[in-house]
Amino acid sequence: MGLRGKDLIEVRGLEPAEIELILDTAESMKEIASRAIKKVPTLRGKTVVNLFLEPSTRTRTSFEIAGKWLSADVVNVSGSASSVVKGETLMDTAKNLEAMSPDCVVIRHAMAGAPHMLARALRAAIINAGDGAHEHPTQALLDLLTIREKKGHLDGLKAAIVGDIAHSRVARSNIYGMRKMGMTVTVAGPPTLIPPGVEELGVKVAHRLEEAIRDVDVVMMLRLQQERMQAALIPSLREYARLWGLTLDRLAAAREDVLIMHPGPVNRGVELAPEVADSRYSVILDQVANGVAVRMALLYLLIGGKPAEAGA
Amino acid sequence: MDLIIKGGRVVDPANGLDGVADVLILDGRIARVERGLEPPEGTPAVEAAGKVVAPGFIDLHVHLREPGEEYKETVATGTRAAAAGGFTAVVAMANTLPVNDTRAVTDYILAQARADGVVRVYPVGAVSKGLRGEELAELGELAEAGCVAYSDDGQPVMDSALLRRALEYAQAFAKPIISHAEDAHLAADGVMHEGFVSTDLGLRGIPAAAEEVMVARDIALAELTGTPIHIAHVSTAGAVRLIRDAKGRGVPVTAEVTPHHLLLTDEAVRGFDPNTKMKPPLRGKRDVEALREALADGTLDAIATDHAPHALADKEVEYDLAAFGIVGLETAVPLGLTHLVREGVLDLPAFIARLTVGPARILDLPLGTLSPGAPGDVTVLDLDRELVIDPSRFYSRSRNTPFGGWRCVGAPWMTIVGGRVVMWERVIKGGTR
Amino acid sequence: MSAREKAQVLDEPGIDRALTRIAHEILERSEGTPGLALVGIRTRGVSLARRIAEKLEAIEGVKVPVGTLDITLYRDDLGDLAEQPVLRETEIPFPVTGRTVVLVDDVLYTGRTIRAALDAIMDLGRPRQIQLAVLIDRGHRELPIRPDYVGKNLPTARRETVQVLLREHDGTDRVVIQEPAP
Repeated sequence: MGLRGKDLIEVRGLEPAEIELILDTAESMKEIASRAIKKVPTLRGKTVVNLFLEPSTRTRTSFEIAGKWLSADVVNVSGSASSVVKGETLMDTAKNLEAMSPDCVVIRHAMAGAPHMLARALRAAIINAGDGAHEHPTQALLDLLTIREKKGHLDGLKAAIVGDIAHSRVARSNIYGMRKMGMTVTVAGPPTLIPPGVEELGVKVAHRLEEAIRDVDVVMMLRLQQERMQAALIPSLREYARLWGLTLDRLAAAREDVLIMHPGPVNRGVELAPEVADSRYSVILDQVANGVAVRMALLYLLIGGKPAEAGA
Repeated sequence: MDLIIKGGRVVDPANGLDGVADVLILDGRIARVERGLEPPEGTPAVEAAGKVVAPGFIDLHVHLREPGEEYKETVATGTRAAAAGGFTAVVAMANTLPVNDTRAVTDYILAQARADGVVRVYPVGAVSKGLRGEELAELGELAEAGCVAYSDDGQPVMDSALLRRALEYAQAFAKPIISHAEDAHLAADGVMHEGFVSTDLGLRGIPAAAEEVMVARDIALAELTGTPIHIAHVSTAGAVRLIRDAKGRGVPVTAEVTPHHLLLTDEAVRGFDPNTKMKPPLRGKRDVEALREALADGTLDAIATDHAPHALADKEVEYDLAAFGIVGLETAVPLGLTHLVREGVLDLPAFIARLTVGPARILDLPLGTLSPGAPGDVTVLDLDRELVIDPSRFYSRSRNTPFGGWRCVGAPWMTIVGGRVVMWERVIKGGTR
Repeated sequence: MSAREKAQVLDEPGIDRALTRIAHEILERSEGTPGLALVGIRTRGVSLARRIAEKLEAIEGVKVPVGTLDITLYRDDLGDLAEQPVLRETEIPFPVTGRTVVLVDDVLYTGRTIRAALDAIMDLGRPRQIQLAVLIDRGHRELPIRPDYVGKNLPTARRETVQVLLREHDGTDRVVIQEPAP
């Protein structure tokens, strides 16, 4: 059993059984993190290129550790999309990479669809590490792993995703992943940050925080980007924090065993009060630890087996 | 130039004609359309039995890119693409480099057309200097130079007062204004239709309202000034309703629609192919249905391609960075015959009307008819011709189309301009290059 | 490819006797249980390790720790397999450093699985000694690996397969040789 595609670009295209496989594999990978010598020889001789065209220390580090623990050679290429625009196009970069025969290219890009472009141009396995407001599949998978670990299962759980849904790739990937695994999802945030037609993704929309978090098993708070004010999407950070910030008082409306999640980095005091971020409900650091395991699982599943050329 | 086209099914919507006849062209003009014509000795003859003979097709909306962006298209290549696609006349938009806002640029385009063009070229002059939407261009001089309409196409005229003055001033020259109806603030930096698909793909949306508020404004200003306004590339059901209502009230408004807005929805954007990126964007299913209905009932007067050539470098990039627009001259007629006529959206005479008399009336061009005395421009169609659209074979200098690989049944067979055959079975004849 | 059973090599009492003998041999060689640990190689090696541990407890009255090893990440043939193996957890809930670790597997064949298991164990620490116990040794080694405890030596042809069926997984205890159906 393996994954069907050569790439991992969208949670949208995964079968529930594939998600199960990734989570099971990741769970087995976690043991490696507890060892004195955190290294297995599985990907010896394989090359993983981390192509990060949008800054992200966390995700890049997570992928880098995942690759290194599996003994792959990991090369980091970073830059910004704008510098790529000025000098070399993404397609040029892709063709240059292809000439160096990497086994896997992990791409982070500020624009939706960039991984699709790469996947069409390269034989290597492409892993989407976040493309614009489109998807961030490894984040959703590590979130699912964290929830499953804490709750023992996913099917039938209720989650609320709160904040800037419109601009969030984390929200999109999680909505797909949670729905596929039998969870119910409510999204909540200011109406200006709820994208049109979001209900067609199979979620409910709430316009009040208390309403959204009542009775749910998981509350996922999204990071609010400061630039949303300029586009007149919200009046001020102060008003956002007042209406949509999760405080201990508000948390009283939630279940006693609720999990608080955040993809990081947290704007403490904006979407999440510091005492909530550090509370016993918070699993934010478990998310980070699980990130490495999920990325190891994906590297193993995508490039651990037959070389792409020889594959069917 | 003399020519007789014998035995074809002549469809001339301007004269309500649909039947087998011969078409005789003498001295470059239509002489007679009758059965069993005996032409003067030595007149070259085309056997068109089994083919459809129509007035030459007119494309109201083409970007020839010359001067300034000759790497994308030139008058020479664009008019060859037009001839290959069955068009005998193209209307060239003003957003060249420099902008066609002065006589010198209009003269240049017309000179290029005389020297290298294979079909008729009708330039459009800018409404505002440099398309900046600030000051009126010299509309009188542009009319004298040969511009047939005014438009800032590519850029909406956001300043309503400026558009009002343009409409009033243009009355002196009896030229309509063509409106690219898009509210720049609502459209902002959107790259596709705003709806479920944009939400799903995480791409920034352009709401239907961005078009509709401007169509409503344009109609109000046409009503106020009495100057005809022509709405380019209508894409939404709401815009169709506004235009239908305005026409019903006698407001001088006309409208065109592109083949891609009739055939594709925003679902085509999945996969992030930059050749699905254009303005206005591909809309929803209900919009497409409304556009088809409006094309059939005449609310939309013309099919126009919005032929917008772009080089690979402008398209083979991230979706957000890709240029807006696709080429259309060489795909419009096969796509229309296959997906509009064969699928029963409208009948063949109506389809031909939207490419002939429809656009001719909008710009008051002496074309689009086989009436005696009219220019001898004829498009001959082969309704049974099967083909697969192959961008690598385009005459256009650019290849940016989402229709590559589409199968079509029906295609232009011969294109005749002023009695001279300029295209026969995809082979371009004449021209100096 | 279908296979048919050629012969039964061990029945339930036969398997039990073999494991009892191995348990005694382990005790003799290690001079008692202190420092001893069993590590079963997934999947059937784990059940065999547990059974041997039960026998050691019955004989000596001491619980010997049992761990589970998944060697997937150490395989040298990942690139050649048609189907990617499913990774399962390695659970070794005791430090291996300084211990006598007895690796337990069902069938010893080319030796490649044991090579992978040795690497895996040594990544976890520095055992004093590693020994190998197998229920069946069918020969055809490709690496210089030799078992310390063998339930049964079984000469086979390469085209044959040896199947160890255990009640924990298969509902029955027996060992059979299969050959390709004609």
